[in-house]
Amino acid sequence: MYWEPDKECMSRDELEQLQIERLESTLNRVYMNVPFYRKKFDEIKIDIDEIRSLDDLRRLPFTTKNDLRENYPYRLFAVPLREVVRIHASSGTTGMSTVVGYTKNDIKTWSNLAARVLTAGGVTKDDVVQIAFAYGLFTGGFGLHYGAERIGASVIPISSGNTQKQIKIMQDFKTTALVCTPSYALLIADTLREMGVNVNSLSLKYGLFGAEPWSEGMRNEIQEKLKIIATDNYGLSEVMGPGVAGECIERNGLHINEDHFLVEVINPETLEPVPVGETGELVITTLTKEAFPVIRFRTRDLTRLISEPCRCGRKFIRMMRVMGRTDDMLIIKGVNVFPSQIEAVLFDIEGTEPHYQIIVDRKGHLDEVTVLVEVSETIFFDEMKKQNELIETIKQMLATELGISVEVKLVEKKTIERTEGKAKRVIDRRKF
Amino acid sequence: MIKIKNLETGYGKLKVLRRISMHVNPGEIVTIIGANGAGKTTLLNTISGIVRTRAGEIIFDRQNIAKFPPEKIVLMGCSLVPEGRQVFPTMTVKENLLLGAHVLYLKKRKGLIKEELERIYTIFPILEDRRHQMAGTLSGGEQQMLAIGRALMSKPKLIMMDEPSMGLAPLIVKEIFNIIRKLREDGNTVLLVEQNAKAALKIADRGYVFETGRIVLEGTSDDMLTNKDVQRAYLGRDLDAEAKL
Repeated sequence: MYWEPDKECMSRDELEQLQIERLESTLNRVYMNVPFYRKKFDEIKIDIDEIRSLDDLRRLPFTTKNDLRENYPYRLFAVPLREVVRIHASSGTTGMSTVVGYTKNDIKTWSNLAARVLTAGGVTKDDVVQIAFAYGLFTGGFGLHYGAERIGASVIPISSGNTQKQIKIMQDFKTTALVCTPSYALLIADTLREMGVNVNSLSLKYGLFGAEPWSEGMRNEIQEKLKIIATDNYGLSEVMGPGVAGECIERNGLHINEDHFLVEVINPETLEPVPVGETGELVITTLTKEAFPVIRFRTRDLTRLISEPCRCGRKFIRMMRVMGRTDDMLIIKGVNVFPSQIEAVLFDIEGTEPHYQIIVDRKGHLDEVTVLVEVSETIFFDEMKKQNELIETIKQMLATELGISVEVKLVEKKTIERTEGKAKRVIDRRKF
Repeated sequence: MIKIKNLETGYGKLKVLRRISMHVNPGEIVTIIGANGAGKTTLLNTISGIVRTRAGEIIFDRQNIAKFPPEKIVLMGCSLVPEGRQVFPTMTVKENLLLGAHVLYLKKRKGLIKEELERIYTIFPILEDRRHQMAGTLSGGEQQMLAIGRALMSKPKLIMMDEPSMGLAPLIVKEIFNIIRKLREDGNTVLLVEQNAKAALKIADRGYVFETGRIVLEGTSDDMLTNKDVQRAYLGRDLDAEAKL
């Protein structure tokens, strides 16, 4: 199922022409209308008329989250405020929020792209979509809300929180598609079990999850517990919000809406492009945004591109699920460690629950990492020996994966705090 | 149909097109809007081979025609309806139309000419009525129809029109635009340059906005009609008021 087959399945040749046209007009507009970009381009003496191919894009400077903050709130807008019909701010997982605006056309485009993502994930006009993303300044709720309405689905704008009520509504309103963060989906699944609700009595078929990194193991867990097809989708408010990329039901990487976003993957340290297929930081240039275009925005999200064609028939390039952020990457004993790596290991181990926390501390000059892992209740009733065996297994597998040794502590079920939004996985107590 | 990449052209020291990339798909009406001097006519003249390309590519029918002479470009199926109609005033309507068919002579498809003439007369019955009249005696609207008819006589794959509404009364403009819309329904592909942005966007599938030799906006006609910049600059400020009428 496609939302816009003529776009989603367009040939690379057609796509490249469209991209270059849109890139050129975007550059012309930002140069005319946004003093920040004009100054930046003039400073490095780059004539935007010389940008004539997608490769030439590399000659332009990056835009960072910091640039956005420094131009708080409106100075990066490319249209006067009277043409802006909506204002959002980034969810501020890290640091202070940044402000973005949308024109009437931007909202139209956004709805349309969110509709593509939802359609790819299985949603049709016959679905009842429960949106358990926070509404408000965060783009997650509204983006997918408008997309689902565009498709013609019945939208329940319940927002996040109040899990028992979520479940009641899910039962009574016969929700068929759930939209939220993956960690919240797991919390819903656990709450279902506690409340003694049989998952087979629900009408759920699809789950569209995003806004935080998750693993394949977590997907399997969600799919199993909620009996749904769970797809990953990606977006960020600085670029637009959800709708930048999304998985199709093949569940094998997220199709990037390349007719609206130009992507590059760079090495976050050297800032040089990495070959297709290698992991690096995702950099996005918007091609159609009117109010808030961004040129080479460094997302801080780590992923890799998949150029092989997908079985679904879409021609857009895919990105692998985001494996972490350059800014939640932990450098422990000089080694780069991502929480997602630890998560992936834990999912492969029998007897552990998909809830964990990583505590980083420094004793003297040495980093120490402790991973708290929830285990199924049964293990605690068993003898110590079994617990020690489990700890050893986890330690060994983590050491193999990460290349450093970590401490592992088993904790009882439910001792790690559950969240309704983005999960807090890392506690870094080191003082630098 | 036609794909233009980083086209650059000018007259002497003057750069007129600085870096133009655009395309027209088969069966589409694509319009180019923009103020005087933005480079719209220059673009059509460059595609036609009348103005030389300085840099960039014009891919028509899978060939780069950027350095081709005008006659070859017409022969390949790319016809221009020039600004100000440019009919031959002292020749009859029929003679003007036959001149447009010279491509068919060259292609040794003379047999088609009669058929084409009939087709043009069905689209523009007024031209059949006036076929023996001198073209110079026609009204502005009729001359415009003749100019379009003349371009169609070569059975072009792409018809480019430069300001077809210029200097015409509103009712006639409406008629001309209806004809363009009909041409698309018959499977023609049209690249339309217009000052009358609102009328053009209403019949076009997509549009490009030119500003001093650059494209500053592209998109579907619907998106352009709701874009405030386009509204202010090219559609007049009464758009919202007009919409209510």
